[in-house]
Order: sequence, then structure tokens, then C-alpha cells
Amino acid sequence: MKITELTALELGAKIRAGEVTVKEAVQAALEQAKAAEPMINSYVTLDEEGAYAQAEEIQKKIDAGELTGPLAGVPVAVKDNMCIKGQLTTCSSKILSNFKPTYTAEAVENLKKAGMVILGKTNMDEFAMGSTTETSWYGPTKNPHNTAHVPGGSSGGSCAAVAAGECFGALGSDTGGSIRQPSSYCGVVGMKPTYGTVSRYGLVAYGSSLDQIGPITKDVSDCAAFLEVIASHDPKDSTSVEREDYDFTSALKDDVQGLKIGIPRDYLGDGLDPEVKEAVLAAAKVLEKRGAVVELFDLGLVKYAIPAYYTIASAEASSNLERFDGVKYGYRAAEYEGLHNMYKKTRSEGFGAEVKRRIMLGSFVLSSGYYDAYYLKALRTKALIKQEFDKAFEKYDVILGPAAPTTAPELGTSLSDPIKMYLGDIYTISVNLAGLPGISVPVGRDKKGLPVGMQLIGSAFAEKTLIRAAYTYECATGKAHEKMAEVKASEKEVR
Amino acid sequence: MANKISDETLDYVGILAKLELSGEEREAARTDMEKMLDYIDTLNELDTTGVEPMSHVFPVNNVFREDVVTNGDGREETLANAPQRKEDSFEVPKTIG
Repeated sequence: MKITELTALELGAKIRAGEVTVKEAVQAALEQAKAAEPMINSYVTLDEEGAYAQAEEIQKKIDAGELTGPLAGVPVAVKDNMCIKGQLTTCSSKILSNFKPTYTAEAVENLKKAGMVILGKTNMDEFAMGSTTETSWYGPTKNPHNTAHVPGGSSGGSCAAVAAGECFGALGSDTGGSIRQPSSYCGVVGMKPTYGTVSRYGLVAYGSSLDQIGPITKDVSDCAAFLEVIASHDPKDSTSVEREDYDFTSALKDDVQGLKIGIPRDYLGDGLDPEVKEAVLAAAKVLEKRGAVVELFDLGLVKYAIPAYYTIASAEASSNLERFDGVKYGYRAAEYEGLHNMYKKTRSEGFGAEVKRRIMLGSFVLSSGYYDAYYLKALRTKALIKQEFDKAFEKYDVILGPAAPTTAPELGTSLSDPIKMYLGDIYTISVNLAGLPGISVPVGRDKKGLPVGMQLIGSAFAEKTLIRAAYTYECATGKAHEKMAEVKASEKEVR
Repeated sequence: MANKISDETLDYVGILAKLELSGEEREAARTDMEKMLDYIDTLNELDTTGVEPMSHVFPVNNVFREDVVTNGDGREETLANAPQRKEDSFEVPKTIG
């Protein structure tokens, strides 16, 4: 078996047993990346030299018995909106195209503490605003299962890199579905943890009240192991939560006997691709056969999640992105007249169309005269949406549905109609509004061979329930739907 | 209800957003905003009377710590990112005429 086909935990075990060295693991991932990158474009920065240097250091610590964790020596990738000291962190934007942070994000520090090798930074929609990874200043990432299609977004680079074997797991961030939707499109496992579980220190903010970092992995066991590494209470993030449980791998149990699962009727209605519906309902049947109690129910307010989300996220984005003004870091316009003109020119030249669109909308909904009618109205709607989930979790342990209404669309077909693109986030967005955990698990393919993802949503802090249900599904199906993408030779020759 | 964004509003939002949109971009921004606001207006179907605006889903409080420096002197690293610097300062265009 090729090294790149191993899961992160399998590789970690082989490294501990001395069957594979950390250097060999890094080499295998880098070779795969070099072969696949001309077609996929998952990475903004691939740090070959740094990766080998880390490998040497980590190998020594493993040999000396200082690093004993299950993921020590495993090469991983990090979405390019998480700071790494001294390493380019661009958010896939021109305005940060030369920015080297002076500190490292807490989640990345946690990867390092566990002895993982950081291979590089992955491509994304500019400032995580988008659903296709096509708004990146560095060009779009392609879906490794079919390079004519998008990988989803905004964590498209991370998901594509995992699916193509260019790393053994990756970090993404999820503000409205940015981990779960591309995981669904790329056939990998992706989890957005409960808000506050993973520190946002060093994550470049988009919508601060919604942003959460999470793992993107080849299977459910890796997902639990990664989450165990990155979740921590961090005094440097005032919204970081001190949890009662961090032992997520203890939930890897093949058992859903008596688990109550609800499927919202509104998640199966208009706009849902019949092939996606079929695959997701078949997956629900699998869990039912293993002893779960599955029923349909009315969640309510589903259609109001997207307008509420875009109001809140755009408002927070317009405020968060004010810091990019060409003074302290990043791009500055070449020609300007005076300070204010410098700000305007820098920002107008430095941001792409989708980012400007959201900053404009956000500035509008926060402006005096519109603040109550739009921004506060959206926050009130958010409260009602949370109540709907609270009610649902009085009856159910898990809410099950699709992660996205379709499989990955073709490149170039999404950006012209923003509202249509936003509708693709209909099943994921309300989870961020309510701060809940959600996981996307591969459950099938459409006729074109593109992956379908099932989303499981839990109540706050119920990641373990999600992991148990997802793991049980995986056991029952023998990982039939988690096959890695094959990077086709014919496409290689075309490049 | 179809929203119409006037030239004055577009100018005002441009000032708040510190964005200079010209020609085509400006018209696209206007159309986009009108469409999005029409869409957001569907929220008006919901009766939210008496509902408190929810900014955070969990009760969060300010977190305080002692005002002690723990991260050392990062002056040189910080200034290294400056688009323009003058000795130990960030340099900006003249602000007072």
C-alpha cells in the first residue's frame, strides 16, 4: 500500500512502530502534491524545505520517546487564513499577498505540540467568502474527483488536498458551511465543532460570532483524533470555552442502538438534487438498521437562515476587514493622494469582487437608519432559529440531512448569481447561527462520480454523539464511500 | 418590495466601507445590494416582536487578565511587514494639510 493511501492514524502507528520514517511520510505527501498540484491547485504555499526540517526534529523526538501521540510525525496542511509565524498567510487575497505574521494560531500550535508536520497553506475563497474556492486571488482549486468541477468552499484547498492525498489531514474554518460543504463535494470527513471549542486566536476573522476552526480528514477516526489535538481552552480567545470533555476518540464506538435521529422535512424539499436525496436517505436507513430510531420532523424557519446569516456575516466582515488599510501590513496602492485616498485605493485594488460585495452590504446594514431594520432584525431571527434547534434537540440526539443540495457544480457556473450560490449553504448555515457542531460524512456518489455528503448536527458540545453516529455508519458500510480521488494520468499529460 | 439604492446612499456606504467603486463596479454593487436587500426583506415575514437580538449563542463574559507583557518585544518583526516605514514607525501619507 502506498504511504499516501494511509489514514493519519494508520500512518502515525507505522511511524511509532518504526516502519515508516517521518521523512518518508513527508516525501510521499510532497511527491503526491507535486504531481497533483498543476491540476488541483490546493496549496497557496508548499513549504518543502520547512517540512523536511520539521520532519528531522520530530523524528528525533519520537525516537527519544518525547513525542508519543497517535498523530506524531503526520504531515498536514493548514488553511491560509490561520497565522503561522514568519510564513506567508494570505487569506487568498491580494491585500495580504506579502503578509508574514509575527505569531502562530493556537490551533496550529496545538498541531505542532502533537508532533505534526505542517506542509503548507491551502487555497481558499478570498477571506473565506465564497462557496467554491473560485474567489481566490491565486486562482481556483479544482475538485480532485473531477477537475472540471469546483471543490466547494471556502476551505476548498484543504478538502481537495486531503482527497488527493497531498496531506494526511488539514485544518479548515467554517463560518457558514466552509468545512462541511467542501468536505461533502470532495468526499472527505469534515467537522465544524461547537463554537468556542477550538481557539480562534490567529485565525483571520471573517464573521467572528460564527467562525470556528475544525478538522478535515480521510475518515471519522482521524476526525476525532485531530479534534482531540486542536480543541483547547485558550485565554487568548475570549470566546474560547472550557469544555468538560476533550477525549473525542473515546466516542469511536460502533453503536447507535436507541439513538434518536430526526430528519427535517424542509431539508428534503425543493432544490435538493434527487441523487443526493437518495444517497442521504439510504445512509439514514443504514443507521436505522443499526438500531437508531429515525423519523421525519418539522424544523421550521429553515428558509430564514440564509438572509439572517448574510446580514450578520457581512456586518461582522465589514467591521473585521476595516483593519486592512495599507498601513501596518499587506498591500498598499502604488499611487494615491493623501491618507484617505490611500485607504480607499489600497482596499479597492486589494480586495476582490465578492469581498467588496459583502463589505458594502455589511456597511449598509450597520449604518444608522438601517441598523435596527436589518442588523437587529437578523439577530432576532438568529434567536428564533436557535430556539427551533433547542426544541428539536429536546426530541432528538442528532439531526440528519444533506450537507449540500447538490454535488460539486462545474467551475465557472456559480459566481454570476450570488443568491443562487448562497442557497447552496442552506443546510449548513443555520448550524453556525446556533453555534452547534456539525459533521459531513461521505455517503455515496452521483452518476458523474462526484461525492455526496451527509450532515449530522448535534446539540451544543455533543461532538461525541456525532462521532459515534458517523463512526457507526462507517463501520456498517466498510468505508465504501471514502475512497480517495484518483489523479488521472490523462489529465496529468494535458497540463 | 423592491429596494432602490440611490446615488447618495451608494456614496455614503462607499465612505463607510472605504471603497472606491468606479463605473461598472459601482453599478454592479448597486444591483447586488438591491437584490440582497430584497432577499433579506423576507425576514419581515417573521414576527420578532419581543425577541431579544442574540449576538452570542452562549453567555459570554469579558475575560480579564493582569496587564503584564508576556510575548516579548516583537517590534522588528512587526515593522518588517510595514508597506512603508521610517525608522521605528509606520509611515503614512501626510494627514494634515
